[in-house]
Amino acid sequence: MAAAMPERKLDVAGALKDAALAAFVAFGLFSLVLGLRTEQSGLTSALQLYPRPGLLFGAVATVFAGRFLIALLFRSNLLADPARFIPPQASKGIAFIGRYAGIGLLVFALIIPVIFFDNRYLLDLSILVVTYIMLGWGLNIVVGLAGLLDLGYVAFYAVGAYSYALLAQNFGFSFWICLPLAGILAAFWGVLLGFPVLRLRGDYLAIVTLAFGEIIRIVLINWQSFTGGPNGISGIPRPSFFGVPFNDGPDGFAATFGLSFTPSHRVVFLFYLILALALITNYFTIRLRRLPIGRAWEALREDEIACRSLGINTTHTKLTAFALGAMFAGFAGSFFATRQGFISPESFVFHESAMILAIVVLGGMGSQLGIAVAALVMVGGFELFREFAQYRMIVFGLAMIGIMIWRPRGLVSHREPSVHLQEKKPIPAAVVEGARQ
Amino acid sequence: MEYFLQQLINGVTLGSIYGLIAIGYTMVYGIIGMINFAHGDVFMVGAFIALIMFLALFAVGLTAVPLALLLVLLVAMMFTALYGWTVERFAYRPLRGSFRLAPLISAIGMSILLQNYIQIVQGARVKPLPPVVTGGYRLWENDSFVVQISNIQIIIVMITVALMLAFSWLVGQTRLGRDMRACEQDLKMASLVGVDTGRTISLTFVIGAALASVAGVMFLLYYGVIDFFIGFIAGVKAFTAAVLGGIGSLPGAMLGGLLIGLIETFWSAYFSSEYKDVAAFSVLILVLIFMPTGILGRPEVEKV
Repeated sequence: MAAAMPERKLDVAGALKDAALAAFVAFGLFSLVLGLRTEQSGLTSALQLYPRPGLLFGAVATVFAGRFLIALLFRSNLLADPARFIPPQASKGIAFIGRYAGIGLLVFALIIPVIFFDNRYLLDLSILVVTYIMLGWGLNIVVGLAGLLDLGYVAFYAVGAYSYALLAQNFGFSFWICLPLAGILAAFWGVLLGFPVLRLRGDYLAIVTLAFGEIIRIVLINWQSFTGGPNGISGIPRPSFFGVPFNDGPDGFAATFGLSFTPSHRVVFLFYLILALALITNYFTIRLRRLPIGRAWEALREDEIACRSLGINTTHTKLTAFALGAMFAGFAGSFFATRQGFISPESFVFHESAMILAIVVLGGMGSQLGIAVAALVMVGGFELFREFAQYRMIVFGLAMIGIMIWRPRGLVSHREPSVHLQEKKPIPAAVVEGARQ
Repeated sequence: MEYFLQQLINGVTLGSIYGLIAIGYTMVYGIIGMINFAHGDVFMVGAFIALIMFLALFAVGLTAVPLALLLVLLVAMMFTALYGWTVERFAYRPLRGSFRLAPLISAIGMSILLQNYIQIVQGARVKPLPPVVTGGYRLWENDSFVVQISNIQIIIVMITVALMLAFSWLVGQTRLGRDMRACEQDLKMASLVGVDTGRTISLTFVIGAALASVAGVMFLLYYGVIDFFIGFIAGVKAFTAAVLGGIGSLPGAMLGGLLIGLIETFWSAYFSSEYKDVAAFSVLILVLIFMPTGILGRPEVEKV
């Protein structure tokens, strides 16, 4: 291997040539769209063009510099051996950290409300992050384990949210009755959609789920009498502590437990609620992976034809993955409805599906810890740096492409084997990545 | 009857636009078997380039409509083709031989990237363009209803037909077309017999993007407003058209485009315009369930 490697020397001229070419292409790409800004000076006036030469120059220069560095690295064979990029000791180290980082994160999550009891903003942010972690883990069953690309996941989230809102408002059901109902309804919709389309090839499935997500959203907008249309549903009942409401009355949570009333009680309760739901999702997934059905999912992801040859009923296997994924989205949806107290179709756009999918992809499809970290970084990180919020989706898009190119099985591609002989050996990233088609 | 005729004209116009986008999907799918999810957004970029070109031409005082239209079409095709080439080179080529879902995920990433890039550099508000091509003909007239065809509709249908003929010639008669058909049949075998597959795939993306940009120009002229989000819905509908016509088949893409345009127009005209997208998406689901090979497609043989 080492003997066959070409010699390493800096090839500056070649890199400069590559960079100049890239800069030329970049100039073509950016010249019109980035270099000229269309702006309306008034509401009724026509659009006008304003040149932005500085920005254009900056963008082209950035491409030039970036391409130059990359070309220099590759042309000089500094990266010729991919193992150099991440040495085996480092992967072992990552696996070691991975084992304890999970526990560390969990402990940290458990004490968040204790540390930040008075910081409403951080508590709300933590709830948001954990909601995305739960959605990521739910979608992971479909995408990460069964290898079915679902682009309409947010539809099931919407089904859960609207189920809770409508059941609670029309029949006065409490949150704890609605939660399983919402999950069941979402799973039912998953089966309803999945049954006809799961016979299709993987990429067709992606588009069909996307279309389904849009159909659900359009129906939610237009079926005014049932869903409230674009105005959504407001005044959704807030959750109670197993029947004890969070208010400052004599029957309220604070009075019952002899505490002084503060609105933070409800937020803390909500946080533990979503954390519990997320952990249930996680536990469920981990256990399922050890069951025949979980093994069948992972086999299906790797090779569908081989699965069929071995007598696995692929349609049923896919359908269970789809329904279970949808069920967890339904749970998360009803939690979302009760937390917000208000839902509208605006919350269930394709953008959300794409974001959840990006979290699963970045986390390394199949890795529970990776998804949690990805959600923490991508949702929490951007929320903390609000001025960059508009760049969030650009970063998501770039990261999805980049991850597919460099580490197709995700940043944390370590996986715990579900079957082992005598001792558990971690599956090194190289092997996971080697499992290509 | 008059109403029906009018809707037919509108439907064919819309269908031409979808058909041109659908060709990009169907060609890429035929050759490398992936859904180029970002194709709808390439169409959107094409529309933006056309908008900026129109504004630039107006700003320098060029008001002769035929010349301006020709210039805009050429420039939009060139620049959008560059986008198509870059998308393939940057996001798809490194993934040849990667695992099954990788190109599709990368394509979704590219779609998100293009959409947000345009949103950030050009703003999220809708961009109106004053009507460039005006006027039309009254075909039929009675006391209650006028059936008319506008000049822009005539231009759209004519350009589409011309491009379709040119493209059929390209695929059927030229060296490049032969390479493309060879790649479609068997990529590995084609490369063994001396077809430069990398170049052929690149050119497929370039041509697809150029056609999508023409669709973008026509969309801009027909509706007069665009925003960064038009590529998403139009892309899914064009994909539906490609599937309906039989993915991988060029006449199928055009036929599917026309059908989707007609279905959408008649649905809005006779039922409800709120649910017109639902109608198009439902067609997609129904076709995939009952007729996965489409109208003109060949049944797919699974190779192990």
